[in-house]
Amino acid sequence: MIAPDDPPILRVTALAKHYGARAAAIDVSFELWPGEVLAVVGESGSGKTTLLDCVSARQRPDAGRVEFLTRHEGMVDIFALSEAQRRLLARTDWGFVHQNATEGLRMNMSAGANVGERLMALGERNYGRIRQEANDWLARVEMDVARIDETPVTFSGGMRQRLQIARNLVTRPRRVFMDEPTSGLDVSVQARLLDLLRSLTRQLSQAAIIVTHDLAVARLMAHRMIVMKDGRVIEHGLTDQVLDDPQHPYTQLLVSSVLTP
Amino acid sequence: MNAPDRSALAPAAYASTWETNFNFAYLDERSKRMIRRAILKAVAIPGYQVPFGSREMPLPYGWGTGGIQVTASIIGPDDVLKVIDQGADDTVNAVNIRRFFQRTTGVRTTESTAAATVIQTRHRIPEVPLSAHQILVYQVPVPEPLQRLEPREVETRRMHGLSEYGLMHVKFYEDIARYGHIVTTYDYPVMVDGRYLMSPSPIPAFDNPKMHMNPALQLFGAGREKRIYAVPPHTAVESLAFDDYPFAPQRWDAVCAICAAADSFLDEVITDDRGGRMHVCSDTDYCRTRQAAAP
Repeated sequence: MIAPDDPPILRVTALAKHYGARAAAIDVSFELWPGEVLAVVGESGSGKTTLLDCVSARQRPDAGRVEFLTRHEGMVDIFALSEAQRRLLARTDWGFVHQNATEGLRMNMSAGANVGERLMALGERNYGRIRQEANDWLARVEMDVARIDETPVTFSGGMRQRLQIARNLVTRPRRVFMDEPTSGLDVSVQARLLDLLRSLTRQLSQAAIIVTHDLAVARLMAHRMIVMKDGRVIEHGLTDQVLDDPQHPYTQLLVSSVLTP
Repeated sequence: MNAPDRSALAPAAYASTWETNFNFAYLDERSKRMIRRAILKAVAIPGYQVPFGSREMPLPYGWGTGGIQVTASIIGPDDVLKVIDQGADDTVNAVNIRRFFQRTTGVRTTESTAAATVIQTRHRIPEVPLSAHQILVYQVPVPEPLQRLEPREVETRRMHGLSEYGLMHVKFYEDIARYGHIVTTYDYPVMVDGRYLMSPSPIPAFDNPKMHMNPALQLFGAGREKRIYAVPPHTAVESLAFDDYPFAPQRWDAVCAICAAADSFLDEVITDDRGGRMHVCSDTDYCRTRQAAAP
């Protein structure tokens, strides 16, 4: 397991982001260790996606620091890197699984090209090897390998998400962001996808941040969770602890609002 | 401003067709100077697309407005101009552009590749190897090689800036996955000097190897898109490909039906409505020279 004196792979300190006068994130701080899954929960508009965008360098925060443990240079502030370095990190060591698969995939290109794109971006120039990797990854995310030359337009929602996961994990990133990866899918597909994500993050010992409004997803996937409301972190702790013994009135409300069939 | 003195320049033979009511080469001197600056910058950064203030020309966009602006800026009274369209000297586009420069500059024109100092071309590189005293001017419809893959220009510029060209190979991957080989046969993207990805204008992939280490200066003008770029003499130009699917330009099973050339780019011409067809050289000057030399 995680040794207490290992350095975190990601450290966020006093992060803030405003849209005009409205605050989307205020004074957010947390750390993430290798192999750990952190869930960010909260209702719509609580700043979850903004937080994810800032931490993944898709947006620049107004204040605060986001530090990442690079493979060779130790902890670096990702906004102090040059754009070229940041983009290189984003397509090698980071993955981003979008809620809407059409944002994360090239919809008019085949599944194989979608998986191979990152490899080609890193300079792989051998068609046979790219094809082999794409095959392997489609199999790993439990997709029908025979559909490697079909475009994602012809795929179901669950398959698109699987393809998105394969496309991100092909470079074995050490940190993966997932923005509501299972919302909009029916429950049986959701369950299989979550199962897959859980085993993949464990096999590759990836650190993951998963943004969700579904507490069941958080319980299943995450070691720790943070609860956000109006841009602030109002509760932070081990998943079981937060869900079974919520301290903040809002978290108590959130936990008690879950429907159980 | 500093236009050459016309009376001293007019070659007698062409004086009758020279329209002296225009400035030399149609454009005013300030515009030519602006375009020359863009050309110098383009030569200094091989393959980089330099924006320039493209002028209205008496020619519709798509007919070579970029090419004639570049030619107008570099042509001098002593130059000998050749204009080709798909390799031919006698097609509408070539004839009109050649006449345009005859009327506005009075320079000598030629159909011989070897005799020309400036060659403006649409979609071909002449078969006869070029030499150091020549300049080849290409007419470019779409200067951005990534445009079909990434429609946002802000993004394509960033990709050029950071040399992120993986996307081009994604396109080739798709070709191979679908058709078993790279199906791009014209406008085949190249890396210039190992740095910039460049569209060679819609020349056939067959002509791509001629760009590599060519002793002539190659200039590219895109009038509508307002870009100029260049391949300086003796610059490495590499056609992209995969290690296991190398660059393979088009080949023919036939030779030219007129001059029997086996090494030139051939056009397939339909000769009747009963399926008759023949292959002939697309480069008319090359074909004619070979016919004349044949016993």
